[in-house]
Amino acid sequence: MKEQRSIIKTLAAPDISKAAGAISSIIAIAVGLIFGFFIMLISDPQQAWAGFKMILTGGLSSGKDFGNVLYYATPIIMTGLSVAFAFKTSLFNIGASGQFIMGAYGAVLVGVKLSSLGQIQWFVALLAAMVFGAVWAILPGVLKAFFNVNEVISCIMLNYIGMYTVNMLVKETVFHQYTNRSLPVAETANIPKMGLDKLFPESMVGGGIIVAIIVAIIMAIILNKTTFGYELKACGINRSAARYAGINEKKSIILAMVFSGALAGIGGGLLYLSGTGIYITVVDTMAPQGFDGISVALLGMSNPIGALFAGLFIAYITVGGSKMQLVGFVPEIISIITAIIIYCAAFSLMIRNFFVDRRMRKLNKQDEEESVKKETLKSPPEGDSKGGGNV
Amino acid sequence: MDYIIEMRGITKEFPGIRANDNVTLQVKKGEIHALLGENGAGKSTLMSVLFGMYEPEEGEIFLRGEKVKITGPKAANDLGIGMVHQHFKLVHNFTVLQNIILGDETTKLGFLKMEQARKKVIALSERYGLKVEPDALISDITVGMQQRVEILKMLYRDNEILIFDEPTAVLTPQEITELMQIMRELIKEGKSILFITHKLEEIKAVADRCTVLRLGKYIGTVNVKDVTVEQLSEMMVGRKVDLVVHKDPKKPECCVLQVEGLTMKTRGSTKEKLKNINFEVQAGEIVCIAGVDGNGQSELIYALTGLMSPDGGKILFKGEDITRRSIRYRNTHGMSHIPEDRHKYGLVLDYTLAENLVLQQYFEPRFSTAGFLKKREINAYAKTLVQQFDIRTGAGISTKARSMSGGNQQKAIAAREIARDPELLLAVQPTRGLDVGAIEYMHRQIVRARDNNKAVLVVSFELSEVMNLADRILVMFDGQIVADVKPEQVTENELGLYMAGAKGVGKK
Repeated sequence: MKEQRSIIKTLAAPDISKAAGAISSIIAIAVGLIFGFFIMLISDPQQAWAGFKMILTGGLSSGKDFGNVLYYATPIIMTGLSVAFAFKTSLFNIGASGQFIMGAYGAVLVGVKLSSLGQIQWFVALLAAMVFGAVWAILPGVLKAFFNVNEVISCIMLNYIGMYTVNMLVKETVFHQYTNRSLPVAETANIPKMGLDKLFPESMVGGGIIVAIIVAIIMAIILNKTTFGYELKACGINRSAARYAGINEKKSIILAMVFSGALAGIGGGLLYLSGTGIYITVVDTMAPQGFDGISVALLGMSNPIGALFAGLFIAYITVGGSKMQLVGFVPEIISIITAIIIYCAAFSLMIRNFFVDRRMRKLNKQDEEESVKKETLKSPPEGDSKGGGNV
Repeated sequence: MDYIIEMRGITKEFPGIRANDNVTLQVKKGEIHALLGENGAGKSTLMSVLFGMYEPEEGEIFLRGEKVKITGPKAANDLGIGMVHQHFKLVHNFTVLQNIILGDETTKLGFLKMEQARKKVIALSERYGLKVEPDALISDITVGMQQRVEILKMLYRDNEILIFDEPTAVLTPQEITELMQIMRELIKEGKSILFITHKLEEIKAVADRCTVLRLGKYIGTVNVKDVTVEQLSEMMVGRKVDLVVHKDPKKPECCVLQVEGLTMKTRGSTKEKLKNINFEVQAGEIVCIAGVDGNGQSELIYALTGLMSPDGGKILFKGEDITRRSIRYRNTHGMSHIPEDRHKYGLVLDYTLAENLVLQQYFEPRFSTAGFLKKREINAYAKTLVQQFDIRTGAGISTKARSMSGGNQQKAIAAREIARDPELLLAVQPTRGLDVGAIEYMHRQIVRARDNNKAVLVVSFELSEVMNLADRILVMFDGQIVADVKPEQVTENELGLYMAGAKGVGKK
């Protein structure tokens, strides 16, 4: 628990050093890749090098592959942004999975039922996804703000509740009996391809990635340029000082959760409106994108633009990994290897802290020297025959 | 000359800074030797060297004329050096006796033999006049008592050289007097005392000789009898310092703050932290609340600023009942607050100085439009404050508050709160942890606010500060205001009696 808090605190802090953040992410990725390579060596020494090359270059081997990277990246960028946004307020939104699937249901519901909307149907469906996700996050926010209920617990509970609720709702409203899944959405509910299908032919990519990029930029602006972002970050770094400053910290907590949930909800909408033949299946499995979002947020240092790249990286490794089957790796091993790479990537935080600590120490020292210099200048030494020049 | 401790030419460097530069310290047997210096002068480093926690680059340590090499606190202890730390090292749910023997237990076959230890402790406390109850729990006894336990810990280990690190910071004036009595008693019995402090009056009162450090350098050692307080302070700071707060008499005007029958209970219990508090503060007057820490001052300030809501009573601000108003309402209607804990409340440490300087104002039209911060305006405002209030930082207004020095952090808070042009300024411990120069600065700012016809309420645990600054003094004890006096009508001693709850209640 304490560990978790300290991680969140670190993440909530504004980028003490952006360069240190990027460098440490890259180091973490490198360490992960080396580890992954060792696993490959153990499982299949002959094919290890070929497999390693696959994982590194698979995502770029054709336009189709890169298009698919963008496609897989889209939902986890959104959940990553969701978790990152909550981190900025010192909240650990582990409930992105539930918010994601609620958002997905909202999108599918509008996508199936409201085809009368015509060309704007996809946009309305996306708005519905956002609202459903946001609503699903209100409860943990309220519980945290007014009763100090740990959001991790309430979020985990709501993940289950969300999953079963969506299963039930799908059965009630948009169910396709024979396939045990949701009905297909109307053609106008699919997010426009925005020309990306021309750029990356045969791939599954669509306009979703563009929406995700726009959302990431909006989030960066909100966090850095607005009074709302100022309040949220102040609450995240030092709740007492925020209270002292007259910021309504309860409101900030709830709003942060709502925003976070909305982002995850949009993620669900983007996936299920992508027009790639994906449906909400009625199974008792939680949406994994919600948890991938945690890795994305950690790897991206809870910075919106960082999350964008982190999502791309994880999608890239996944696509590259799936190609390893071509050289004879079984899917389970591939999953383990990609998991290890992502796992190590999460250590970027540790590496960053190491850098930041060193930097801080250096800065403090400079500061001290500075003040000593000033003091010495200010006060002409008196009766001070001993010792040479200070500093 | 036989010195019991002699530290010769100690130089201790940390990367980029010389914490001790050729420092010499000579303590005679059976004297009280004061070690004086501002924060950061190198007192703690020197003591850490003496305790073997740091190894100096140069210099030698002699004990009773013999050269020694001290490798750690345990070794120092074996050589008869003991220390009372500023923050006591006591186990709160242990008894006095258990604390004293902790780490040096008398045992037989692995079982504790308390009787022997008890006899020794009782004998020691009688011999030195240290009244303690061996079986009381630490959490039940006063801070002054806890300090005696620390002293007994050293005596129990037969330490000959006793180091006191800022021992008076937590005590009431009466307890300070008693401590000084104890210190005199100890040297009579042949112990030697090294007394670390930055309070000049105490040195004058009790020390025989005094060594002054400044910026890591040895300034000199003087006989306390031969110097004045002013001379000592000049040695310490390196320039003449005005120890007296200058203020012209001023007639207070209309009432700004009225508190009526304020009560507050501890959360989850019926213990009353504030019991029926009544007072008022007028424009153009400084009211100081004196008292020992923990007698309800913090709760009173929390109630006034809205950080906690009281259980009963009324707070009137400019005639308006604000008891249930939000913090923001108070902030924007003329109330400023320099909080006690500048790290917890005063600053968002990972925000830049500029961001911190608009902590209560960022949303005002001046600094934002349509929800977007006007960075340019904020920076310009911050720059004027930095100049006006002489806040010094490494990287200007974009320095993170965390990397600023304590004095400058406090200056930043003061700048923010005073520049908001409040009608009521609440300042809690405004000079805590600051060195003499910065204290002088804070006092000047507070007096200036008063001269600009602001109402000022100061909470302070330092009696000299209260006496110097106040136009009127309220003393708090056990959640009540037990005295409302003018500084010219009262002595420090009387105030001390009020603070200890002795006056008015009729004890002692």
